[in-house]
Amino acid sequence: MCLSTLTLLLLGGCTQELSIMHPAGPAAATIATLWWVLLVGAVAIFTLVMVLLLLAFRARDAADSSDHSHERRWIVGLGLAFPVTVLAALLVYGLSIGERLMPSAAPDLVTVGAEARQWAWRFTYADLPDRETHDVLHIPAGTPIDVQITTADVIHSFWVPRLAGKLDAIPGHVNVLRIEADLPGEYDGVSAEFSGVGYRAHEFTVVAHDSAGWSAFIAGEIP
Amino acid sequence: MNALRRHRALSRIWASDRSWRRGFTTVNHSDIGRMFLVLAVVYFFIGGILAMLIRAQLASPRSPFMGPEIYNQVFTMHGTIMMFLFAIPLFEGLAVYFLPKLLGARDLAFPRLTAFGFWCYAFGGSMLLFSLVAGIAPDSGWFMYPPLSSTLGSPGINPDFWLIGITFVEISAICAAVEITVSILRYRAAGMSLSRMPIFAWYALITSLMILTGFPPLILGSLLLELERAFGMPFFQVEHGGDSLLWQHLFWLFGHPEVYIIFLPAAGVISTILPVMARTTLLGYWWVVVAAIALGVLSFGIWVHHMFATGIPHLALAFFSAASTLVAVPTGIQVFAWLGTIWKGRPQMHLPMLWVVGFFATFVIGGLTGVMVAVVPFDWQVHDTAFVTAHLHYVLVGGFVFPMLAALYYWMPHMTGRRRFFKLGEAAFWLVFIGFHGTFLLMHWVGLLGQRRRIDTYDAGSGWEVINLISSVFSFIMAIGFVLVLIDVIVNAAVRSRGPRNPWRAGSLEWAMPIPPPAYNFASLPVVASRDALAASPDLAVRLARGEGYLGTPRDGQRETLTVDIAAGTPNGIVVYPRNTGLPMLMAFVTGGVFLGMLIKAYWLIPLAGIGVTALALRWVWTLGHQADRGLQDAGHGLMLPYAAETDDPPGWWGSVFLLLANATFFGCLLFGYAFLWTVAPNWPPPAWATAGWISLASVAMGAIVGPFGIRWAIFTVRRGRKSAVGLGAALVGCVGLIAGAASVLMSMPDPTRHAYDATVWVLGGYALFHAALATLMTGFLLARAACGFMPPRRLGEARIVQLWIDYAAFIALVVVAVTFAPGLLS
Repeated sequence: MCLSTLTLLLLGGCTQELSIMHPAGPAAATIATLWWVLLVGAVAIFTLVMVLLLLAFRARDAADSSDHSHERRWIVGLGLAFPVTVLAALLVYGLSIGERLMPSAAPDLVTVGAEARQWAWRFTYADLPDRETHDVLHIPAGTPIDVQITTADVIHSFWVPRLAGKLDAIPGHVNVLRIEADLPGEYDGVSAEFSGVGYRAHEFTVVAHDSAGWSAFIAGEIP
Repeated sequence: MNALRRHRALSRIWASDRSWRRGFTTVNHSDIGRMFLVLAVVYFFIGGILAMLIRAQLASPRSPFMGPEIYNQVFTMHGTIMMFLFAIPLFEGLAVYFLPKLLGARDLAFPRLTAFGFWCYAFGGSMLLFSLVAGIAPDSGWFMYPPLSSTLGSPGINPDFWLIGITFVEISAICAAVEITVSILRYRAAGMSLSRMPIFAWYALITSLMILTGFPPLILGSLLLELERAFGMPFFQVEHGGDSLLWQHLFWLFGHPEVYIIFLPAAGVISTILPVMARTTLLGYWWVVVAAIALGVLSFGIWVHHMFATGIPHLALAFFSAASTLVAVPTGIQVFAWLGTIWKGRPQMHLPMLWVVGFFATFVIGGLTGVMVAVVPFDWQVHDTAFVTAHLHYVLVGGFVFPMLAALYYWMPHMTGRRRFFKLGEAAFWLVFIGFHGTFLLMHWVGLLGQRRRIDTYDAGSGWEVINLISSVFSFIMAIGFVLVLIDVIVNAAVRSRGPRNPWRAGSLEWAMPIPPPAYNFASLPVVASRDALAASPDLAVRLARGEGYLGTPRDGQRETLTVDIAAGTPNGIVVYPRNTGLPMLMAFVTGGVFLGMLIKAYWLIPLAGIGVTALALRWVWTLGHQADRGLQDAGHGLMLPYAAETDDPPGWWGSVFLLLANATFFGCLLFGYAFLWTVAPNWPPPAWATAGWISLASVAMGAIVGPFGIRWAIFTVRRGRKSAVGLGAALVGCVGLIAGAASVLMSMPDPTRHAYDATVWVLGGYALFHAALATLMTGFLLARAACGFMPPRRLGEARIVQLWIDYAAFIALVVVAVTFAPGLLS
């Protein structure tokens, strides 16, 4: 209790550019909700186990029931039936979320390319063959974006925590990640796969434009 | 013969050498177990110091303490040391030291192999240690993902230390696993059927089988990556038909079972200690055994959950996510079986129990966060953040280190014969426990706030400063706790305060001997009629000392123990162990030459060391043996048994079977890699397929028929007391045919650097060639044995072992030829 209060205080007082608990897009919001559900469930189960452990040490009459009934209660009930039920529910929940977060057909889809290298990012735009930007990715807000992630050297990972989960950049493969920002603004991104001495500073920014700003970007007015 | 004279006679027979020679020539499992344990603890403290360096670096933002060059070496080596040089060897040490005592035997199955394994661990570990001291340690993470760990990302020697040093150390894991498996199956007390085995033996058996099937993918991966680094064979280079994802599959195919290889022995310790501390028996023995087996099997189906963010199709992710959550079920069964055990007993809060309770509080959190990261979308966010660092420390420290500390305080009276006098242990527990949670609980949170793993520092204003400072402060409290444990052990081992023989009133056999234990363990071998033999017969120790068990009368100065039938535990043979010898250490040293030659690119050293290893191996096997069958011997109480070497399935045959299990897993992984590259890697098909000459196909077909047939004919003739020369000669011809076939596979690919296909064919051909040459060597050995009269009609164990290896060589030669030439023939 004391610890969770402390953590809430810490959370309140800190910045949140990379926090998955401060989502700014539909994918990140779904996963943030998932996290709070997981946390509540985990705390409940942990409390149950600890209470059972503490109660085991209280003074009581020995041999109040047979081994057989103990087995049925502890192993079949708590050890088998309980986790199977909880895990099945969790699995269905998790997989349905995962399926929703996969890139799927959308009418106003924008496709961009993100090529990582040690230790920089190069972004390209399917609609603007001549444009490329470095370490800054421009997107329209409120629109689903497919990011085609590739690498020029070692493995990297494209991660904008407030918008969506991460996806790796693997040599020879193109991985597609669906992101979306609810509102215009700047969102921090990092590479999340260790890549050597420059790993820490392998960062980029996602700039989500309102419709006027995005038109200006397409027109070439924003460098 | 009275108890004292028996003790003196056995002590003389079983004694290790005196003075400085002892450490180098001992083959006694108690000695070697202790050496394993001590060295593993040394590495724990080295790894711990590296952890403290990491926490010092991260305590404040923009710390000038270490640059990324050093920091990357430090965190890579922290993980590597803790996984490979601490956790696995500590299990090996625990099993080597205690298993024979728990099972009622005098030693493990292959004492010289135990020693060889230890020295491989010592020499391989010192390679890594050298790199650390010299500042050229591996620095691409303990998972070594190429291309970062290959020549592209790391042109220096750093990753070579990892690939070569760890592979050298893995020899010891494979040796120990073969040893432990055969010992548990065959070296038990009379009457100890599988259902009467101590629960720890079940866990150790499952763990060993997992090592035999879990480590080969890593050894294969390391070999392939080293071949790529040293000779440019492009297994992981995408432009030449390789794929870096292949490494990830091979690595996690090992890496996930590894987690359970570490956890299961700890669970075995909990299952052993907890009932004793609760003055009862384990609830649901068979449930726990089945749960542990299920855990072992399931753990091989979940490696992809380390790769959720690599772009694998969602359907496949769903399968692995389901398997990963499913793993929580057998874990749940064990946890609740333990809780139920406490409930049905009367728990007493001795120090080992305190650590068990600490284990519960910690491991359950680690298990719950483990279920969280098994949920795919959540993992996409927290993968490679501090959340996962926190999770894995809850699992590994809570699920392994705490139970091992429980084991330490539970068995320390057994190892030293002393009782604890100074009570530093309780204070140490609280320091470690509070320090641990202070370090890692909030680390989950900072991960959710976006702090990645493996960053060398962070900026002020990131919002992570307070949590990191708290983590660092508590980590030093934890470190002080561990040092206090060490002081406690040293002080209490030194204080002369003799303890009672069975301080916890446990029911298992290891307490039915004098403590500290003599080199021979049991003066005579117990007969067991229940799971808790000592509880059923509290004066067992005295009766065994008086010689009331089997093999109580020393014979011809031989070190003897019983072998039993696997399922029922009926005695079926008498084993004669080898004497003290420096051969294992010498053999490990020369084996090191192969690895050193590879490491420093002094390739001339490799064949030289290879010849040395062959010569020593021949000497190793030659020294066992008799020219005549000696027939049935008296094992005591009128039980007449043959020597195990005069049975059809001597321990060495079983050892070969399990070694071949590991070997076949290696080969299977190689075929998996071939299929994976073919179907998944870009830039296929290769420039050209290999084409077969009919002569090479014919020689393989001839070898695969004549070789296995020849060795069977030889065994048939020896059994009838006739000469075996014709059969062995035919076997030799067959093996040479296999060599020719394998060589033709190699020669079909002139340039293994051209494409990953060419490189793969080389490795397949090399593997087949190695085994054909090995089978040839073994057959030649048998011919020499037969010529010198060492093959009397009953001593067929050696020939039957060679039969296994010839069959295996023939099998893989056929498969290799088929998978190499089939694409060319079909296209």
